[in-house]
Amino acid sequence: MSAADVSAGSTRRPFTGRRVRFGDLALQLLAGAAALGATVLVGLIVWKLIDGSRLSLSKYGLGFVTRVAWNPVIGHELYGAGSFIFGTVITSFFALLLATPLAMGVALFLTELAPRVLRAPVTALVETLAAVPSVLIGLWGILVLGPQLRTHVEPWLHSTLGFIPLFGPPSAAGASIFTAIIVLSIMILPIVSSISRELFLGVPAELKEGALALGTTRWEMVRGVVFPYARGGVAAALILGLGRAMGEAIAVTQVIGGGVFIHWSLFGGGDTLGSKIAASYQGASTNLQASSLIYLGLILLVLSLVANIVAQWIVRKVARKHGVTRGGHA
Amino acid sequence: MEGLAWLAAAIAIAILGIVVWSVARKGWSELNLDLLTKSPIPFSLTNAPQGLANAFAGTLVIVGLATAMALPVGILVAVYLNEFAPPSIRTGVGLVLDVLAGVPAIVVGIFVFVLLVTGSGQSGIKGAFALAILMLPFVARTTIEVLALVPNALREASLGLGIPQWRTTLSIVLPRAIGGILTGTVLAVARVAGETAPLLFTSSLVGTQTSWNPTHALQTIPVAIFELSESPDPKDHARAWAAGFVLLIFILFASLTARWLATRNARKIAGR
Repeated sequence: MSAADVSAGSTRRPFTGRRVRFGDLALQLLAGAAALGATVLVGLIVWKLIDGSRLSLSKYGLGFVTRVAWNPVIGHELYGAGSFIFGTVITSFFALLLATPLAMGVALFLTELAPRVLRAPVTALVETLAAVPSVLIGLWGILVLGPQLRTHVEPWLHSTLGFIPLFGPPSAAGASIFTAIIVLSIMILPIVSSISRELFLGVPAELKEGALALGTTRWEMVRGVVFPYARGGVAAALILGLGRAMGEAIAVTQVIGGGVFIHWSLFGGGDTLGSKIAASYQGASTNLQASSLIYLGLILLVLSLVANIVAQWIVRKVARKHGVTRGGHA
Repeated sequence: MEGLAWLAAAIAIAILGIVVWSVARKGWSELNLDLLTKSPIPFSLTNAPQGLANAFAGTLVIVGLATAMALPVGILVAVYLNEFAPPSIRTGVGLVLDVLAGVPAIVVGIFVFVLLVTGSGQSGIKGAFALAILMLPFVARTTIEVLALVPNALREASLGLGIPQWRTTLSIVLPRAIGGILTGTVLAVARVAGETAPLLFTSSLVGTQTSWNPTHALQTIPVAIFELSESPDPKDHARAWAAGFVLLIFILFASLTARWLATRNARKIAGR
C-alpha cells in the first residue's frame, strides 16, 4: 500500500534523475537484504541444529525420540529423549490446565466486569508479570515456593488425593515436577490472559448489546456471545501459551529436580527438553553427548515451531472468518 | 460465575505481588554498594564482602552490543515490509518474524553455540548475537506497528513535492516514528536484559575479574543469579536476591516508562 504503490509500476521515471533512483534502489536493496536475512536466519537455525546433532542422528536415528536413557559414562554411553519429552509434555499440559481458567477469568474481569477505573492499572499489572525474567521466577520458585509446597501443599494433596497416582509421596527437597508446573503456569498466565483480553475486546458491541437487549444476564451474554465469538482466537492463545511453556528452560531447570525416568507422581523429580539442555551448560564429556544435547534442542525446536505455526494458522483463519462476518454487518 | 472471574483476577495480581514482594524484601536487605563494586570470591569461607561487579559490567556490554546489532536490522526489516514489500512478501516475512519470535531462547543459545562457539570458544560478542536474535522480531514488529501509524498523507505530500522515496522514508517517515521505535527498543532491552538461556552456551564460563572486553566470555546478571540460585550456600542466595532486585527494578522501570511513552507517542505519530 501507501508509498510503495506510488513508485510501483513505473520502471522508468522520466522526471527524476539517475542519482535519485539509485537512492531508492539502495534503500530498497538494503532493507530487502535485512528482511531476507531474517528469513535466512530461521532456515539457518534449523540447519545448524540438524548439523550439530548429526553424530547422534546417524547413531540413534528416530529411536532416540522414544528411548528413555541418558548415560554419559564412557564405554556405556546411551542417550534418548523419551523421559525429557514426557517431562515436557506433562509439565506444559498441567501448567496450561492450571493457567487457562485463571487467564480466562482475568481476561473477562478486564473486559466485562471490572469498574472502568480498575481496567487500565490491572491490565498494566498483569502485563508487568510477563516482564519478570524467568530466572527470577525460578529463584523464587526454588527458594520460596518449593519449600512451601513441600511442607504444606504436597503432603495435603497426598493424604487427601493420594489414591490418584499423580499425587504420590511428597518430594524430599521441594524441587519437583509439581513445582515446575506451578512456576510454568505463572509464566504463561500473562500471555494467555493478555491475548484473550484483546480477543474479548474485539467482540462486536452490537452482538453483546443484542444479547443483553434480549434479556440475558451478563453471564449468559458472556457464555452465549463472547466465548463462542472468541473461541478460535482463544485456542490459538492457548497453543501459544503451550509453546511458551514447552520452550521455557531456565525456571524449570531451577525447580524441577532432575532425573531420567518416567513416573506418574507429580511430586517426583524429572527433566524437560529445555531443562536438560540448560542443566548441561557447563560442558559435555564426549562429542556424542554434546550432539545428543543438540538433538534434544532440535526436538524442542520442532515442537515449538509446530505449536507456533498451528497457532498462527488458527489466528489467520479466525481473522478471515470474522473479517467476512464484519463485512456482512457493514 | 462472575465471582470466579473476580477471584481469578485477584489470584493473578496476588501472584505478581508475592513474587515482586519476595524479591524486594529479600533483595533490599542485601543491597549495598559492594554488590556493584566488589568481585565475587569463589568458595569463600570468610565473611569478606563480595559483589557481582563482573556481572553488572558484562550485562551492560552484552545488552549494549545486542541492541547495536538488532536495532538497525530490525528497523530495516520493518521499513522494507511497510514501505517497499508487496503484500504477499509482507505476509510471508511477517510469518517468519512470528516463527522467529517463537523459537525458544534455549534453542537460540544452542544455535549460536553450534554456529560460532564450537571450536573457538565463548565470548561476549557471541552472547550479544544470541540476544540480538531474540530482540530482532520484537524490534521489527513494534517498528512495523509504529510505521503503520504514520499518516499516508505525509508520504504522499513528500512524494508529491518530488522528494524521492528513500529521502521520504529517511527524513519524513522515520523521524516521525522515532519516538515509537525508541519505546519498542526500551521494551526489547528490558526483555533481553533478564534472559539467561541464550547466554548459558555463549557467555557463561567466566572468571571473577571484571572485564569490559567483549571478545572474552563475560559474566551477566541473569547467569550469575542462575548459578547462585543452584548453590547450597545461603550467602550466595542473598547475593542472588540482591542482584535480582536490581534487575527487577530496572526491568519494571523500563517497561512501565515505555508503556507510558507508547500511549503518548501513538497520538503524536498519528497527528491527533
